[in-house]
Amino acid sequence: MKTKYDPTDWITHITRIREDKDQAAFAELFQYFAPRVKAFLMRSGADATLAEECTQEVMATLWQKAHLFDASRASVATWVFTIARNRKIDALRKQRRPEPEDLDWGPEDEPDQEDILSLQQESEQLGRAIAALPEKQRELIEKAYFGDLSHSEIAEQTGLPLGTIKSRIRLALDRLRHAMK
Amino acid sequence: MKMHNVKHHLTDQLLMAYSAGSLPEAFNLIVAAHVSMCDECRAQLASFDSVGGALLDGTDSEPVSQDCFAETMRLISSGALRPEKRSPARGDAASILPAPVREYVGGDVDKVKWKPIGMGVKQAILPTSKDATARLLYIPAGAAVPDHGHRGMELTLVLQGAFVDETDRFARGDIEIADEDLTHTPVADIGEDCICLAATDAPLRFNKLIPRIAQPFFRI
Repeated sequence: MKTKYDPTDWITHITRIREDKDQAAFAELFQYFAPRVKAFLMRSGADATLAEECTQEVMATLWQKAHLFDASRASVATWVFTIARNRKIDALRKQRRPEPEDLDWGPEDEPDQEDILSLQQESEQLGRAIAALPEKQRELIEKAYFGDLSHSEIAEQTGLPLGTIKSRIRLALDRLRHAMK
Repeated sequence: MKMHNVKHHLTDQLLMAYSAGSLPEAFNLIVAAHVSMCDECRAQLASFDSVGGALLDGTDSEPVSQDCFAETMRLISSGALRPEKRSPARGDAASILPAPVREYVGGDVDKVKWKPIGMGVKQAILPTSKDATARLLYIPAGAAVPDHGHRGMELTLVLQGAFVDETDRFARGDIEIADEDLTHTPVADIGEDCICLAATDAPLRFNKLIPRIAQPFFRI
């Protein structure tokens, strides 16, 4: 079941968690994202028990790191995705994930409101563009991100020849790019 | 670390796989190192992360157990949560190794434990997972890299100096993406000793990894 929501509203939730340790805000965020994080982890190969355990760790990390969220750099969904992905590499693949050096973001403490707004708008646009992709193209992009599958493994699962998969993913990304213009 | 005029970039395929978290550790390391030195690839990576966020947002959900929220709150209040590490801090302008590489070495170039591999060339293998290998290479100015037999895919990121091969010239920040079809003899520039980070997929992963990263298949 998908619930429509306003993505800028999640930013308010994070602010409430960061500034007031607001459990009600966290509960709403949890209700929306925890089942999605669990689905992501299970599609990546975790069994239900491990996925549930990791989901709790991912959501607890959100609470603890609320002060590090920067709405001018990522949407809340993207931030949740990166935390869940890192947990996946750590817990499922037992590997370290080297991260790039942090950038110097200059002296200003508060991110610019216009930057926040345009980033959130672009994120919504991207979401709509992905939702509008033909089913088969969307499935393949989802597999590349969630399934932890190489393209040859995708070919085994879907029975499609490799060339077809590559061109479908390319087509999907081309469409996304055009939708973002 | 100073930014550089990078000419040779990562493919979108590698950036996407890094964002998705499906690369071996050695390749993750070289991607993180290049992104540390290249704002263009950093921006592109952010857009691939956004695709991940949008997919997560639109995915079907998997119901969590009834006490999942309560367990999470317990985890928070217990303080037992493993702290997720922050992005490594930027080194000073004089550092040669980007921060993610320094974390594997335990410091900058002076801390690297080099082993000679012939013709004045030295290498140091970095401790990553076994599905691929990451090594630092030290090539004296003007020397050629001995044949190191890369089957499969090899990524080479220049950290100091420059090298030239049959395809082009690669300077600090540039990454060369070579597959098994490329036979090349990299030669370090005469001006300065060349230090590179190289990642190769181990023979065991050979067949599996090739389709994923060897053949560039899209430019977004």
